[in-house]
Amino acid sequence: MKSFVCIKYVPDTSEAEVKVNPDGKTVDDSRFSYDINDADNYAVEESVLIKEDKGGEVDVLSIGPKQSEVMIRMALAKGCDRATRIEDERIAGHDPLIIARVLAGALKDQEFDLVFTGCMAADDGHMSTGVALAEELGVNHASMVKEVEVLDGKVKAHRELEGGLMEVVELELPAVLTIQTGINEPRYAPIRGIRQAQKKELNVKSLDDLGLDPAEVSFDASGIILENLYIPEVESAAEFIEGEPDEKAEKLASILVKGGLV
Amino acid sequence: MGKILVLAEHRQGELRDISYEMMAIAPKLAEDMGCEAEALLIGSNLDDMAGKLSGYGVKVNVIDDPVFENFNAEKYQKVLSSLIDEMKPAVLMTGQTAQGVDFMPALAVEKKLPLIAEAIDLNYEDGALKATRTMYSGKVNATVAFKPADTYLVTIREGAVEAPEPAAAGSVEKLDSPLKEDIPYRKFVEYIEAEVGDVDITQSEILIAVGRGLKEDKNLPDIEELAKAIKADIAGSRAATDAGWIPHDRQVGTSGKTVKPKLYLALGISGAFQHVAGMKGAKTVVAVNKDPEAPIFTVADYAIVDDMFKVVPALKEKLGELKG
Repeated sequence: MKSFVCIKYVPDTSEAEVKVNPDGKTVDDSRFSYDINDADNYAVEESVLIKEDKGGEVDVLSIGPKQSEVMIRMALAKGCDRATRIEDERIAGHDPLIIARVLAGALKDQEFDLVFTGCMAADDGHMSTGVALAEELGVNHASMVKEVEVLDGKVKAHRELEGGLMEVVELELPAVLTIQTGINEPRYAPIRGIRQAQKKELNVKSLDDLGLDPAEVSFDASGIILENLYIPEVESAAEFIEGEPDEKAEKLASILVKGGLV
Repeated sequence: MGKILVLAEHRQGELRDISYEMMAIAPKLAEDMGCEAEALLIGSNLDDMAGKLSGYGVKVNVIDDPVFENFNAEKYQKVLSSLIDEMKPAVLMTGQTAQGVDFMPALAVEKKLPLIAEAIDLNYEDGALKATRTMYSGKVNATVAFKPADTYLVTIREGAVEAPEPAAAGSVEKLDSPLKEDIPYRKFVEYIEAEVGDVDITQSEILIAVGRGLKEDKNLPDIEELAKAIKADIAGSRAATDAGWIPHDRQVGTSGKTVKPKLYLALGISGAFQHVAGMKGAKTVVAVNKDPEAPIFTVADYAIVDDMFKVVPALKEKLGELKG
């Protein structure tokens, strides 16, 4: 089994204050902490689980800055075998179709059975890259996968639909699977793995190294323009309960009891 | 100008809500663009659904063939690819759903057409189609514009707009299926229904839902004590069920359950739209979160910006005192 897993280095904004820069097109990321995208973390685990079960190798593929190598080394520590980091400022990163084209460029001369991606990036949330990548590569795909069974020359994928319903599909290999969170329990990197990861191959490539024409993946090549970012007006009708934690709890308790809510 | 073609979504014989919601977006956009909005249904035994959709005053194009009995992304892509060539629609729109995400990006690559995924609003200004979408945990809105193209591909977030009331009677036209051969490389196998647990949270009167803020399952006993004190059932966000703290059948949100309790106490839940979609029908919502920017506060009736672990034990104690 030869697999690739595509991972993205994203900011954790779930509890952070987000501010738009004066350019109106980027956010101030100076105080963000970055790490592997949540769904991609599950994709790494799934690729390693399948390698442990079926044998073979897993290559990591990521487009991102030098700092993301910490994340890439962590995937190597968990059992991936080698990695390629693509960095080139000419890539139009706002368009998942362009990202897919770059990833496909890195995969085009490679043999593989499976390519894993996360099903959604936590920062821009298009849920498009993996499915677009499959089309670029001319291979099968299934998105939002919550269970994988590798069969002979085929893969059975359980896709998570709305309401918790699963759609089971059978695909001929090779295939791209976009992995949904919760499919497995991502492991912590073992100490030994972390040591070994430092010795594993991590290649850095530009568009030229991949033999990709920059014009094909540039902002001009994209069919969409990110015009403007802004903080939406928050329409909260909530009554904010103030005070020390004890006071807040007391006020809330009284509201709940008086209102007959509990 | 070509038409706006709305690919309606259905599953197991029922139109899904997104299909109606798009009937609020497409006709208005068609008016702005000076063209017609039409619906498209691909499936098997579609008469009933076609009738319902045409009640929104649109023409419904129907491709009704037993090969489409169950959704198959590859079949959809083949049909849409051929319809794009034939009809040259100005816009092809569908839902950002488990179905929509499974073929729209591939279709965009195949046809070399631009795609904007998960729009919450669409506007046509000065000859340009622009979408509003959200980024960074729902804290930032982005305006994304299409460059001129023959067909714009766009997917719409579920629940972004209210479905309209049916309007005038439209019409139904049956089209021949452009799919002439079977797809051997992707097969639908079966549906597996969601597991059923010991508690059906859709029936709960009071729900305490925990999210990422729970941090680890050893913090659950605090929550369980509070739940016991107010006879609440415990539910969770996707983060809490993914982490294994809460059983999957108690997940609230798009991929889990839609709940309508009398009281919904959201603890350490940021309130991603997928979660909100599952709980906005709750009568009273109380949210406790450290992050004052958490989107959950936009749907809350009572909000506490604080550490849930400081509030929860005190709340249990005070409730105990008040209720005696």
